[in-house]
Amino acid sequence: MEREALIVRIYHFYKEGFRGMRLGRTLWWIILIKLFVMFFILRLFFFPDFLGRLDNDRERGDYVSNELIRRAINP
Amino acid sequence: MIESIDTSLIDWSRAQFALTAMYHWLFVPLTLGLGVIQAIMETIYYRTGNEAWKRYAQFWMKLFGINFAIGVATGLILEFEFGTNWSNYSWFVGDIFGAPLAIEGIVAFFMEATFIAVMYFGWDKVSKRFHLASTWLTIAGATLSALWILIANAWMQYPAGMSFNPDTVRNEMFDFWAVALSPVALNKFLHTVLSGWIVGSLFVVGVSCWYLLRNRDRAFALASIRVGALFGLVASVLVAWTGDGSAYQVAQKQPMKLAAMEGLYEGGEGVGLVAVGLLNPEKTSYQDDRNPFLFEVQIPKFLSLLAERDADAYVPGIVNLIEGGYTTREGAIALSAEEKIARGKLAIQALADYRKAVKAKDAEAAGRYKATLEEHFPYFGYGYVKDPADLVPPVGLTFYSFHIMVILGGFFILLFILALVWERRGKIAGSRWLQYVCLCSIPLGYIAGQAGWIVAEVGRQPWAIQDILPTGAAISRLDPASVQTTFFLFLLLFTILLIAEVRIMVKAIQKGPEAEPNV
Repeated sequence: MEREALIVRIYHFYKEGFRGMRLGRTLWWIILIKLFVMFFILRLFFFPDFLGRLDNDRERGDYVSNELIRRAINP
Repeated sequence: MIESIDTSLIDWSRAQFALTAMYHWLFVPLTLGLGVIQAIMETIYYRTGNEAWKRYAQFWMKLFGINFAIGVATGLILEFEFGTNWSNYSWFVGDIFGAPLAIEGIVAFFMEATFIAVMYFGWDKVSKRFHLASTWLTIAGATLSALWILIANAWMQYPAGMSFNPDTVRNEMFDFWAVALSPVALNKFLHTVLSGWIVGSLFVVGVSCWYLLRNRDRAFALASIRVGALFGLVASVLVAWTGDGSAYQVAQKQPMKLAAMEGLYEGGEGVGLVAVGLLNPEKTSYQDDRNPFLFEVQIPKFLSLLAERDADAYVPGIVNLIEGGYTTREGAIALSAEEKIARGKLAIQALADYRKAVKAKDAEAAGRYKATLEEHFPYFGYGYVKDPADLVPPVGLTFYSFHIMVILGGFFILLFILALVWERRGKIAGSRWLQYVCLCSIPLGYIAGQAGWIVAEVGRQPWAIQDILPTGAAISRLDPASVQTTFFLFLLLFTILLIAEVRIMVKAIQKGPEAEPNV
């Protein structure tokens, strides 16, 4: 019962805090738009995990190993 | 088989990372500095009960909130780039880089996120003591974030506490404390955070002077100048001390960077420090005989003192570092670049042979190649170097950035002393010239910070990880056009964010401390 009361109090604390915001609303919009651009545009379309296309760590290790050896001069 | 990587891909990958890091660093230092100043003001309010200090703290907290909101998560883009553009590097460093970043994400970020809500929503809802604790914990969280990021960066400058596993092609951490408490990491953390405190102090003093210039909010402005200038003075003196520590670490761990910082081509004993100088643009190689300087003013023996704590000690220059043959501080004869390159090639060849032997299940040969790899691994990265000249970082950019940073550091000490003394004597409100100087000095803190990062990052080229992995081997094999596209996308995104920040910030400053305190 006491635990629930604490959770309710925290909920009201945040609710009233967000309601009372003025400049904060604009800032939250900026944060949300920025996160959307970062995660749903940049991350999805421009920043794939380069080694993620390989199936497992062994293949990733082999790939990086080959890259490191091939790029060296007269290995 | 040799496969070269397109140099434009290396340049664009570096440019993209530099752009995102530099933009990110426009937001971070103000968060670090302003956060402490607002916490100090709230502490004064807590101790004195004077409501004016509560208003002052709330105003600076509002500006802190604007900067925090616009800047938050911009650092995540750097992590995207690690996975896409720097995949060889990301794989190669393994958990060494991942561990500090993971701790940063879990502990510090959540600490900030939890207490920042109490800081903004908790006025008059929680006790004064709890609110004050939340304010301090918010800034402690931000500072801890910086700590873990800087530990990761310091490891790239001085790879310690790890060993290379040729089976996984990853470096594995065997000593967390050697990574977290390396002297490079500690100096870097203190120096960088203190530089953020200076940015915050310059901002508070400069904005306060703007109010004095406009003849408004005088009591608020004078109180803020008192706190900001004193805090800035303490930070500036400490930053000079930690700068000395950082330079000492550079001399020990990255002597080529130190030589570039000073434009020192020919080393020697009892070397002087260039206080101011103009580099000779006609000197394009360490091999030509042209004088590196058109003009220079030296402090005799000071570089030896700075680098070795001995005014007569030997400090190698760029030519000495390339040619080797001098006696190191440990008493050994320094290897030449050619010898290091030869050892690096042996290490890479041993890695190739080891992996072949493991596949062929030849344990005896695998053991032999592994021993060769371990012996020469400290020079692994040199195996990628085509020409010893490639080991010399851009001297002009490193030299001027270093000297701009140092000169500005000295200027900040004088400025804060002046602002503090003038405020104490009750003269600052009538000194319009000083008010203008303080206002115009706001960008100088950012310039000094960016110059410091240029010294740290450009000065260590060609290395992504000092001596072990050059940038050319660290990047992913991508189409340069795709890196160019994302470069300009970031330029657009960050510029929009910066414009938004400046506009919202200016509007809030114009409204002043007497406006609605809620964020």
